[in-house]
Amino acid sequence: MDFTKIKPIHLDILREIGNIGAGHAATALSTLLNKAVDMKVPSVEVISFDEITEMVGGSENIVASVFLRIIGEAPGCMFFMLPIKQAEQLLFDIFGGQDIDLDDRFTSEMSLSALQEIGNILSGSYLTAFSDFTKLNLQPSVPATSIDMAGAILSFGLFEISTVSDFAIVIDTAFVDMKNEDEVKGHFFLLPDPDSFEKIFKSLGVPLA
Amino acid sequence: MSNIVKVGIAELDLVVPPDTIRTTGLGSCVGVILYDEIKKIAGLAHVMLPDSTLAKAASINIGKYADTAITSLYDMLIKRGAIKRNMKAKIAGGAQMFQFSSGSEMMRIGPRNVESVKSQLADLGIPIMASDVGGSSGRTIEFNPESTELSIKTVNMGTKIL
Repeated sequence: MDFTKIKPIHLDILREIGNIGAGHAATALSTLLNKAVDMKVPSVEVISFDEITEMVGGSENIVASVFLRIIGEAPGCMFFMLPIKQAEQLLFDIFGGQDIDLDDRFTSEMSLSALQEIGNILSGSYLTAFSDFTKLNLQPSVPATSIDMAGAILSFGLFEISTVSDFAIVIDTAFVDMKNEDEVKGHFFLLPDPDSFEKIFKSLGVPLA
Repeated sequence: MSNIVKVGIAELDLVVPPDTIRTTGLGSCVGVILYDEIKKIAGLAHVMLPDSTLAKAASINIGKYADTAITSLYDMLIKRGAIKRNMKAKIAGGAQMFQFSSGSEMMRIGPRNVESVKSQLADLGIPIMASDVGGSSGRTIEFNPESTELSIKTVNMGTKIL
């Protein structure tokens, strides 16, 4: 994997994957919540490890996250990550108006389980769209949930890429509220493994030169 | 006026009083502190991977791997006047952030980092005075070279001092 070979067209391809994938996930979320959900134009960036955690408000910022491994022809990691407040709001909507406190151990197990299932459904739609678009065979692993520091969580997705580089290509799509564009509901991070990029580009007819 | 020296992922740095040294969001990464409490000098490495033989890149970032990070931190400290027989270590991190039923090797990266850090320190003959490793929580750590106290903050368990 040679980052210098990546041309603007390759970044466009990755952006389109984020667009199609998160578009499907947003639709799924919208159906779950029975209300409109919008998303931002995906950003695709080659960034250092420290910059990745800045994307979610710094390494120490506490987030709720669902993580899964992508298994198959183009392996990688996927995170559905959202601020605690937004996670509580999401669960409030799902549970039909029941107040959720993610700090409370008593309600947490049920909440975490619900969150994991939401993450599973959304990542599943993202991945299906990704797989259909590229004609690559991709399956999700069983998801895992964690509420912790963003840095600690995200670094888990960096191990594959960190053996070859000090930078990662991150495909980030943010969900926003229809009425209030500034209010980010959550992020989808797709981090393909280093060897997967070539397969993705090849499958779409633009191999790295 | 004391400052906080910040160490990012896969980086390493040194500190002398009255400053303190800190790294945030340690997940399966391990924070390794080497210090000479008599000369009052300390170093911190934010180790990401257990072994530089995992590297597939032509040039390697020495701060990323347990083996290269610890030896270079050690050399840096010696160069700055630390004495080998005074050298001690404190370590924290190496959590398993997500639990998976299918335990592939990659998912065990936290415990592997801890094992590797411990064996590197043993090879250098540096005793580990305190450690807070494993579990499933992220940690933010800060070391004070004056008091040699290591403060460890987690999301669920507040702050503790080792």
